[in-house]
Amino acid sequence: METEYTINVFSENYIGLLNRLTIIFTKRKINIESITASESHIDGIHCYTIVVNTSEILVRKVVQQIEKLVDVMKAFYYVRDQIIYQEIALYKVPTEVLTSTNEIEKLVRQYNARILEVTPEYTVIEKTGHKVETQELLNELKPYNLLEFIRSGRVAITKPMKELTVHLKEKEMAFNYTNHKRSK
Amino acid sequence: MGTITQKRVFNKVTSPVQVSGAEAMMLSLIEEGVDIIFGYPGGAIMPVYDALYDYRDKIRHILVRHEQGVAHAAEGFAKVSGRVGVCLVTSGPGSTNMITGLADAMIDSMPMVCISGQVGSPLLGSDAFQETDVMGISMPVTKWNYQITSAEEIPEAMAKAFYIATTGRPGPVMIDITKDAQFGTLDFKYEKCTKLRSYFPYPKVKKEDIKAAAILINNSKKPLLLVGHGILISDAQNELEKLVTKAEIPVASTLLGLSAFPSRHPLYVGLLGMHGNYGPNVKTNECDVLIAVGMRFDDRITGNLNTYAKQATIIHIEIDPAEINKNVEIDVAVNADAKDALYALLPLIKNNKHTEWLESFKKYEQEEYEKVIKKNINPASGQIKMDEVVHMISEKTKGGAIVVTDVGQNQMVAARNYKFAEPNSWVTSGGLGTMGFGLPAANGAKIAMPDREVIAFTGDGGFQMTMQELGTIAQSKIVVKIVLLNNSFLGMVRQWQEMFFEKRYSFTEMDNPDFIALAGAFGIPGRKVTNREVLKDAVDEMLASKEAFLLEVVVGKEDNVFPMIPVGESVSNVRLE
Ligand SMILES: Cc1ncc(C[n+]2csc(CCOP(=O)(O)OP(=O)(O)O)c2C)c(N)n1
Repeated sequence: METEYTINVFSENYIGLLNRLTIIFTKRKINIESITASESHIDGIHCYTIVVNTSEILVRKVVQQIEKLVDVMKAFYYVRDQIIYQEIALYKVPTEVLTSTNEIEKLVRQYNARILEVTPEYTVIEKTGHKVETQELLNELKPYNLLEFIRSGRVAITKPMKELTVHLKEKEMAFNYTNHKRSK
Repeated sequence: MGTITQKRVFNKVTSPVQVSGAEAMMLSLIEEGVDIIFGYPGGAIMPVYDALYDYRDKIRHILVRHEQGVAHAAEGFAKVSGRVGVCLVTSGPGSTNMITGLADAMIDSMPMVCISGQVGSPLLGSDAFQETDVMGISMPVTKWNYQITSAEEIPEAMAKAFYIATTGRPGPVMIDITKDAQFGTLDFKYEKCTKLRSYFPYPKVKKEDIKAAAILINNSKKPLLLVGHGILISDAQNELEKLVTKAEIPVASTLLGLSAFPSRHPLYVGLLGMHGNYGPNVKTNECDVLIAVGMRFDDRITGNLNTYAKQATIIHIEIDPAEINKNVEIDVAVNADAKDALYALLPLIKNNKHTEWLESFKKYEQEEYEKVIKKNINPASGQIKMDEVVHMISEKTKGGAIVVTDVGQNQMVAARNYKFAEPNSWVTSGGLGTMGFGLPAANGAKIAMPDREVIAFTGDGGFQMTMQELGTIAQSKIVVKIVLLNNSFLGMVRQWQEMFFEKRYSFTEMDNPDFIALAGAFGIPGRKVTNREVLKDAVDEMLASKEAFLLEVVVGKEDNVFPMIPVGESVSNVRLE
């Protein structure tokens, strides 16, 4: 059964790593619904947030294979109710529709969106929320000669309280970096 | 070799020396203990080759005939010696020709460091002459790769490359170095890499996992242990033998695990998988505890997963956590280096006897012998069989040779019939099944182990994929013995056509050249055998030869390899005919 999973990958910030990550999905023909890269709360550690629809079995295998990458420290996967997440959407409409009707203004209020910029030609509206919400507003705005629309990848904060540094400490304790002390 | 005009003696204790990037590559290799490399020059790697000219007394370079041969030779070298196979190639076609070898090394866990030249960094991305995106193209088939664009990066990048290639589950690493980085200068100071904060190569053995495994093994009435490549990589042959002897556990081997356990050991029950032995395949579905060590449950081993060892409790000892629960559901996972895990397990294992269980393998052995082996190794009449050739060579070398194979029937027959007496004696392309692997890999193996007999079994098809490596043999005087089992067919594919495609032999018949004349053109002696009476004499001649030798044996055109588990079928449905 397909479920939406949010994968968090903590890694070094190296050229090419994104490519290595996506290869793992490509190999299994899993489509990446959204991807966001940013710094994390720890200096020098990078975080990728990847959203996919797949089965639990596959997401587990994929995450194991991600974590195996030399430059990846730790990877996790979550279902929706384990995370707080948001996406941001921007909409560009002709300013004319804003002035000729008050529908746009109503929608902005109704959807808790906000107007970022108004010029004589166009107006940019911003809405932050889950995809369904930004999608609904998109559908509402379409009849008003919508000029442009863009939605960001997902960003997510996890609910579990265990901190990344604790995970990393545990991992460090569970492994050796060389096999010098190996049994003879 | 001419005299060496300028030689730099590098001394660790003194302060760093100013050198070129190209020379720093040499010094880095020396720091890593490298004294043999395989390569092929070209424009974008010329500065490194120029530096190599001054280091010929420290680093032996083997000039191959095609970059695929660079990679496979490095694999053969690595496989029998446990050392890193080092490759040196140029940009563009040089590095793309390496890709098959990288993919082969990746799937078979071979430690390899490949250095490829690249166009100057200002030209990167401009489709310059002989530019390819080596980073992108090698990414799916390397454990790690890195592009060096300035000379100062060299020592650290090289140290990381060697550390990553050799530790944990080994694999190939690609280092792409731009031409300006080779020409640039740096203060050379080398520090070996011993740790990366994001890389965890050696899991510590967890006591609770070992205890759980021990309880299962001690209570087992019908245990079966599967050895994989991991035993050889971690050098765990002794620990393995002690453990199985103590608990009296029958041992079966994967294709890549061959030679980890002596073929003639009383506890050895044979080869697993598609063309493996009857007993161990069938018994996989009868044992109560299955102990898999350093292997990854490849589909050629398991057949249909839905019917694989369902009755058994499965213990998986494996260093790569991503392999655990990947194909087969595991009951007790021991995520650890094989040697560490077996060493920890040994004191908890009770002395045991499984006489009846062991005895039960005999029946299958006997049946396989009667129905398959006997007529293949001692045929009464008809054309020579591949099996009798391998069997004869196995007997004459007392199982002491290093056996290298190509891919196809020749590979399966060699795996089935050579009786290994020593570890690290088997070199084959397992995971990728790369035709053309055999000859160059044999060259690498012989260069690593000049004192051992190296015998390459190959088919007429695979041989022709990399036969230009005869040139390498001639130039570098590599004493390999090549046994070309000629059936004038792409035999393994023909067998499938016969069995599953109504004998529709679609493009599998081969019109072959005069192989002996071909070898002769390279100055390599050879002999062609078509009838049984002279086979022994020809084998003796080959084994006695002090130089490389090509023995071509004409075998039955339409002989098949049995037993066989057809694709997608259960291991219990292994067919004997
Ligand atoms: C590079 C490559 N191409 C194609 C194949 C598919 N293939 C597997 S076995 C085989 C036949 C090999 O024929 P030959 O080398 O004559 O050996 P034989 O099976 O007759 O011993 C082929 C074509 C392969 N494994 N590798």
